[in-house]
Amino acid sequence: MRYEAPETIEAAVALLAAAGKTARVFAGGTDLIIQIKEEMIEPGMLVDIKKIKETREVILDDDEIRIGASVTGAELGENKELKKLFPGVVEAVQLIGSDQVQGRATIGGNFCNASPAADSVPALIASGAKAVVAGPNGTRTAAVEDLLIKPGQLSLAPGELIISFCLSRPPKNTGDAYLRFIPRSEMDIAVVGAGVSVTLNPDGTCAAARVALGAVAPTARLVEQAPDILLGKELDERVLAELAAAASATCQPINDKRGTIKFRTSVAGVLACRAIKIAWERAEKN
Amino acid sequence: MNEVKTTAKTNFKWVGKRTRRPDGPDKVTGRARYGDDMVMSGMLYGKTLRSPHAHAKILSIDTSKAEALKGVKAVVTHKDIPDHPLLEPPYGPMIADLHDISRNVMAREKVLYDGHAVAAVAATSERIAKAAIKLIEVEYEILPHVLDPLAAAQPGAPILHEHQFTHGVDPKPEAPSNVFRVVSAERGDLEKGFADADIIVEREFRSEPVHQGYIEPQALIATASEDGAVEIWTTTQGHFVIRGLCARLMNMDMSSIRVTASEIGGGFGGKNNVYAEPVAIRLSQKTSRPVRMVMTRSEVFRGTGPASGTYSRIRMGAMRDGTIVAAEAEIYNQAGAFKGSPVGRSVDSFFSSYSIANAKATAYDVCVNRPKVAAYRAPGAPMATMAAELTINELAEKLDIDPVDLRMKNAVQDGGQSLNGAKYGRIGLTEVLETVKNHPHYSAPLAPNQGRGFALGYWMHGGGLSSVVANLLDDGTVAIATGNPDIGGSRSSMRVMAAEELGVDLELIKPIVADTGSMGYSHLTAGSRTTFATGMAVINSVREIIEKLRALAAKKWEIPVDDVAWEAGQAVTQRDGFEALTLKQLAGMATKMGGAIAGHSEINAGGAGAAFSAQIVDVEVDPETGFVSLKRYTVIQDAGRAISPDYVEGQMQGGAVQGIGWALNEEYIYDDKGCLQNLGFLDYRMPVASDVPMIDTVIVEVPNPNHPYGVRGVGEPPLVPAPGAVANAVENAIGKKMGSLPLSPPKILGTLELCR
Ligand SMILES: Cc1cc2nc3c(=O)[nH]c(=O)nc-3n(C[C@H](O)[C@H](O)[C@H](O)COP(=O)(O)OP(=O)(O)OC[C@H]3O[C@@H](n4cnc5c(N)ncnc54)[C@H](O)[C@@H]3O)c2cc1C
Repeated sequence: MRYEAPETIEAAVALLAAAGKTARVFAGGTDLIIQIKEEMIEPGMLVDIKKIKETREVILDDDEIRIGASVTGAELGENKELKKLFPGVVEAVQLIGSDQVQGRATIGGNFCNASPAADSVPALIASGAKAVVAGPNGTRTAAVEDLLIKPGQLSLAPGELIISFCLSRPPKNTGDAYLRFIPRSEMDIAVVGAGVSVTLNPDGTCAAARVALGAVAPTARLVEQAPDILLGKELDERVLAELAAAASATCQPINDKRGTIKFRTSVAGVLACRAIKIAWERAEKN
Repeated sequence: MNEVKTTAKTNFKWVGKRTRRPDGPDKVTGRARYGDDMVMSGMLYGKTLRSPHAHAKILSIDTSKAEALKGVKAVVTHKDIPDHPLLEPPYGPMIADLHDISRNVMAREKVLYDGHAVAAVAATSERIAKAAIKLIEVEYEILPHVLDPLAAAQPGAPILHEHQFTHGVDPKPEAPSNVFRVVSAERGDLEKGFADADIIVEREFRSEPVHQGYIEPQALIATASEDGAVEIWTTTQGHFVIRGLCARLMNMDMSSIRVTASEIGGGFGGKNNVYAEPVAIRLSQKTSRPVRMVMTRSEVFRGTGPASGTYSRIRMGAMRDGTIVAAEAEIYNQAGAFKGSPVGRSVDSFFSSYSIANAKATAYDVCVNRPKVAAYRAPGAPMATMAAELTINELAEKLDIDPVDLRMKNAVQDGGQSLNGAKYGRIGLTEVLETVKNHPHYSAPLAPNQGRGFALGYWMHGGGLSSVVANLLDDGTVAIATGNPDIGGSRSSMRVMAAEELGVDLELIKPIVADTGSMGYSHLTAGSRTTFATGMAVINSVREIIEKLRALAAKKWEIPVDDVAWEAGQAVTQRDGFEALTLKQLAGMATKMGGAIAGHSEINAGGAGAAFSAQIVDVEVDPETGFVSLKRYTVIQDAGRAISPDYVEGQMQGGAVQGIGWALNEEYIYDDKGCLQNLGFLDYRMPVASDVPMIDTVIVEVPNPNHPYGVRGVGEPPLVPAPGAVANAVENAIGKKMGSLPLSPPKILGTLELCR
């Protein structure tokens, strides 16, 4: 197995494009190394992207926030300003694994591993993140949810990799939150995840809302009806009940070792409501 | 908070003190050598091919391609492991049938579970070994499989062993069955008992198998020489047992096998058996090179023993005043692929904390297509105990009697006996129950969605064969060698007992675990027996040294030995004109005055004392998700005498934590083909540190009169009531009975939604 650690995007793209399917991007390796050890994959080449500056930076511009794909959970957790702007996204990344895992696991790796249960993904979707994708034909930008195809697979062409995630600086009175359900208190994989971002009008009603769910379908997905339910409304019991129902209706889960269809469907509604309450409270304060 | 409540004498120098552990520095620095820390020059890497099917006939095994791979030095299959005839009755409580062991280490006619070993290779690298097992071609004829013990016991179920006819039923059955045997014990007249009862409670329970969950996977090196000698380095709870099993299985002289126990990273009963040892012996014999075999975590889950999953039914009747007058229970224990679940202990565990005039318990040993069960911390007890304890709590509820008062009323007394007839001497049950009743936890207020659980557990620990060699060195230090691997801190306790006897500083005693070639037979570090039994052998050995030192002093002083006493680490005499001789002085003289001084002891320890553990648990259940959080947990247990209180508390806490996992989240998840789905700790959900509160302990000390310091076994009792106590807390939090472990969030939410 070859190991390369290019320092530029171009070099990485060239290596990936030349090697084709046998090459793998290597970020923190917390998914990749395990998959190699368990003989689920046998890559011919690992392209370590951590030497590429653009993947390692967090840039907080006036209107745009850029999070490098190979920034680790621990680094995001230490970034106070980012945490203030997108507490939900940072919380989601920080739920991954343990302290030890946090030192290695990256936001890009979490997204690109394309697990339906990946914690960062519903939070990124809810906050309207876009992925900056570099490839043999240059750079493109895509809404993160549009890149998700099925478990383990993104719509990236051969030679493409994700450089960073872009988020618009949140307008006033915006808040986000992410919650997940696991049967233990840590070191587990989400049975259900719910990410929410809301923006409030000056009168305290909802101006914008995005609700996304993880682990309840082949990919993380948006609760499409959420804006219809929430826009112009206050967060009362009736609205919450409607949101819970819409969240449950969005689920298309499977029975597996981590949870049942019934359980996931029911808890998705619960978590969506709990997450929106937190996001709402944050929005009121911002 | 941790407390010790003692009724024993306390004027000890070391016993009962919190001392520094002798194995600590090596463990925290990483120097301690565990199973896979041993490397030898010329070593080969062994790897096992495992069955992908739950139940299948082996039609053929073709190893030629694997053997042809460069770097592969040997391949073995069942043809390389000697076969043995089936064990004949009468069957003892613990069954080690070479016929079955031979087939468990290497499948012969059939594979009986997903993960069953089918072949193994030895190669010059791990990578080559892994590649080689993929080249072994096995032709299978897939057979229907069965996983559930109740289903497996029904007529028409797929049969694992055509030669197995249920033992212990009358008339002798004509058709083969997955039920290997039915055992029961009873006293009194059940029918009359139930007729006398004013109130009867009946319940049913199910539980999933749970793994011992030791952190260190099985790992060993075997090296066979051309003259037939074999050395094994392995992580085990009993290297003498490994020696015996390997010798018998491989038809070798016992003296030609020498086994050294590595440092051990947990066992809990799961490392009492052989798995790869015989295979590695054969691979090494074929190659004349050391062969190392280390299991991966998924091999540990697929191939090594869990504790039985169970189905049980129970019925108990009481009079209005709280006298329990009748109790009847039966339990189906999954044995896994081969007979040998802990049926006897299950029978003994239901009702043995109580003196119930009319009682009967029955247990079925049922083979299913899962790995063969292994002992797990109080094997057979936790699920039987849960059934009885939750039923008694329901009786208490219905009778409107406090659950502890109800137990006090029915508690077995000193001199009583267990349902199997084990006689109790002085026991601490009443003291334990009184401590519960007076503990602030028992009456603390609960918040909404919270519930409190309570359960009591009984366990009769083991005694048996132990050997010790103690050598006094000429600088006055003492090397203590036992034959018991140190799993839970036994070196520390052995040191404490030796220092106490000798009356010298703790640091002068160096405890080690010696290999099978160095000393007499020592049974497993299991059954909560080591501090009790091996501890007695330590005391005997040191007393022998003391006798020799008195004789030496007498010789030096030229006075009769009867005039020499041993006090506070020195030889003294009442006679005038002699200054006390210290251990160090005497040690220095010894080699010049007759030879080195040593003591040794080989015993079969009897007089084990029953131990009782009571547990109070508070949980909070999230009514919308079914998530259970542990709020408070108190373990109250009679330790007889805590030689090292820190370790006793650690055992009490550890047992509780394993019970929490058993009750709440641990389970084996199989697909419809009978293949195990959760092969690691990510999805086999043992508790993590943040799942559990600090577990409070109260050590009650009612000394066991049959041990010089009063020791009772402490390792297993804390797991006995734990799953029941946690399950009871969940039931009380949601106000609904739930009889099927694990009480995982989907099950709890399902139960709650049904009631809405
Ligand atoms: C003990 C443990 C606990 C865990 N707990 C959680 C958890 O709670 N929640 C959770 O969501 N996950 C969890 N994980 C999974 C894993 O840690 C996360 O998915 C992590 O974020 C992956 O990041 P990484 O940098 O290690 O990815 P890597 O392993 O380096 O890569 C993952 C995959 O993404 C690809 N890739 C990485 N970066 C890029 C890129 N920039 N462009 C294109 N492809 C890329 C790789 O080729 C690979 O296929 C856990 C893992 C472990 C070992």
